[in-house]
Amino acid sequence: MAKSVTEKGVSVRLNAVRFDYGNMAMRFDVSIAASTITAIIGPSGSGKSTLLNLIAGFEKPLGGSIEIDGIDVTTLSPSLRPVSMVFQDNNLFSHLDVASNIGLGRRSDLRLEEVDKVEIQAAIQKVGLAGKEGRKPEALSGGERQRVAIARALVRNRPVLLLDEAFASLGPALRHEMLDLIGQLHKETGMTIIMVTHHPDDALRLSSTLLFLDNGHIIASGPARDLLSDDGPALLRNYLGSKESGF
Amino acid sequence: MAASSMKPLAGGLALAFLVILAGGSLLSLAIEAFRGSTEGFAAFDSYLWRVARFTILQALLSMVLSVGFAIPLARALHAEQNFPGRAMLLRLFALPLALPALVAVLGITSIYGRNGLLATFFAWLGLDIVPDIYGLTGILLAHIFFNLPLATRLILSSLDSIPEDYWKLSAQLGMSNWTQFKLIEWPVILRNISGVAGLIFMLCITSFTVVLTLGGGPRATTLEVAIYQSLHFDFDIARAVSLTLLQLCLTVAILGLLSLAGRPTEEGISLRTTTRRFDTPTWQQRIWNIGLIMTGFLFVVMPMGGTVVSGLKADLSRLLTEATVWRAILTSLVLGATAAALSLAISLSLVIAREHLATQRRYSSAGLFERSLDLGASLIMVVPPIIIGAGWFILSRHFIDPFSLAPFMVVCVNAAMAIPFAFRILRPSWDTAANRHNRLCDQLGIAGWNRLKIVDWPILKRPLGIAFAFAMALSLGDLGTIALFGNDTVLTLPYLLLQRMGSYRTADAAGLALILAALCLILMIIADRGAAGLAGRDNHQNG
Repeated sequence: MAKSVTEKGVSVRLNAVRFDYGNMAMRFDVSIAASTITAIIGPSGSGKSTLLNLIAGFEKPLGGSIEIDGIDVTTLSPSLRPVSMVFQDNNLFSHLDVASNIGLGRRSDLRLEEVDKVEIQAAIQKVGLAGKEGRKPEALSGGERQRVAIARALVRNRPVLLLDEAFASLGPALRHEMLDLIGQLHKETGMTIIMVTHHPDDALRLSSTLLFLDNGHIIASGPARDLLSDDGPALLRNYLGSKESGF
Repeated sequence: MAASSMKPLAGGLALAFLVILAGGSLLSLAIEAFRGSTEGFAAFDSYLWRVARFTILQALLSMVLSVGFAIPLARALHAEQNFPGRAMLLRLFALPLALPALVAVLGITSIYGRNGLLATFFAWLGLDIVPDIYGLTGILLAHIFFNLPLATRLILSSLDSIPEDYWKLSAQLGMSNWTQFKLIEWPVILRNISGVAGLIFMLCITSFTVVLTLGGGPRATTLEVAIYQSLHFDFDIARAVSLTLLQLCLTVAILGLLSLAGRPTEEGISLRTTTRRFDTPTWQQRIWNIGLIMTGFLFVVMPMGGTVVSGLKADLSRLLTEATVWRAILTSLVLGATAAALSLAISLSLVIAREHLATQRRYSSAGLFERSLDLGASLIMVVPPIIIGAGWFILSRHFIDPFSLAPFMVVCVNAAMAIPFAFRILRPSWDTAANRHNRLCDQLGIAGWNRLKIVDWPILKRPLGIAFAFAMALSLGDLGTIALFGNDTVLTLPYLLLQRMGSYRTADAAGLALILAALCLILMIIADRGAAGLAGRDNHQNG
């Protein structure tokens, strides 16, 4: 099932997916093109993370179907889906070093073979952590920890990468650095990336497509530059306006 | 005198009471050891070392078995989050700690004893096996009955602290059950296991009632029981002093090790697991998990059920018309209520004084007095009740008949026993209330009686009620002090129960055990309901 990253990204489609979160009835109907970067923005509690959890298989939809590369994955367990996900926190096991944390992406029992070690080393180089293989997470900065998580996603070789506010806890400079890294990896691998963010700047910087969620529904979707312009949907403008006034 | 200056004074008086209670006992032992030093040293014979060895051995085995079974059981309970009756099972696992040891012993005997359910089952199978519960086997069974649920709850709370994201990762990476244990669960369990194991070891090394009733003789005696026997039956003061000193050294050494190991986190214990699991266990794992949960459930529920069934079979109507029984119930309730009230007064004085001192010093580090107030609350952990009892028993015999001190000693020692718990219940409520209201009350001039009535009492009445119920239940079930000082004029319910067991009036003992268990459980339910309400109120306020 799992398609190699080198075979480029794959499309992701949610067909009338229904999910209830407390009293909120969510419904998602969206098609994400292969090898694109899609940003998801929206107010807190609008269903952004739930949407990613549905794609990753952490949540089971009440109805509808989820297709990745045209194949229905709705009933597949998370480990069998061609998806990797990076969370905001707790991506790493604190008692394992960098190489082992990445190695889990190759073999979850850590019985690594020579070919795995070569892959891990290549990923470490790619995310700029050469020389830090033996370090424990506590000896890494917030940005470096997220690089380890991304490296693990790379060695997993899954064509879809989900970023759930993965860089939200980083400062602006580090966040931009990480976004650049993601952009570069996207160019190299062509994986389909779907990222949840609170920053419209991030969406503009990286993504070609933007989804705006509110109250469990996709209110608007389209090119990020168009939606985030002054002519964008009123609800999105209100959200961005109120958000800015909140600072 | 201004109310603020009364607070350290109240704390000082409470501390003085505890220091006199524990210090007087230690002083008495030291004088006695010094006075009869030759006799005392002679008492350090092979018997004493054998008793010390057995004390450590039974505690070690109880600890290993309790923790060893608790780890897979806690894992199973964590994996089976939607198991029907899971919350009820966890509630049930809190009960053994509330059950008086004597009641639990009777319950265990009703299942595993010579005439118990197990023996009946063997007979039904046609097997010629008669279980012998007396000795190490019985002690271990009883200790596991008490500590397996405690260890399971503590380890489960460690597992609950694992971030949800780890379970997502596990599901995404397709980790096997073994890899999950090795990479996710074991590191978290490992952080807490030394604290859990140390706590259980400490509880078992100071276990008195279980060893007294199930030990079955000198072959299986611990230091605490040997102290009681040397004072109560042999009146061998030299031996009692040497045993007590040995027990004291052992307790201090273990507490020292325990402080290095760290305390288990109990705050996270809740009936509902807060983290979600995203992995899907295989059907083999599910069968294993459910089998483990059911075994744990039966192990804990059967002795409790045995207590109820045996108790109901007893002639309760006759028992409840016996004047001796009513006198014992009344004595237990009066002594328990007095001990609880004293415990609350001391704990509250310590809590108020230390909060006052902490507020006064602001950002500087705590002074000696403030630290002493904290230590005072845990003094009973260093000097166990039996040592306090033994010390005062030995000292008082120079001036008065020690047995005439029974009510006074029971109240004082039982009050001291409950202080570590009462302190932990009262302190957070008091500190939070003081933090929220001190400045406002100062500004509005609300002080003294008005402050107590309007501001503090509405907040404190619930934690005070919980602490009172808990302290009273603890006192009602205690056998240690009354066994040492008890006599026919001061007869508590556990002491009467012990007497009936000693004279082989088993049916009466079972009936009395049911009455005692009902009294303690009613108090614990009140405390539990109160605690649930308190948690709800805190959540509401935090929200």
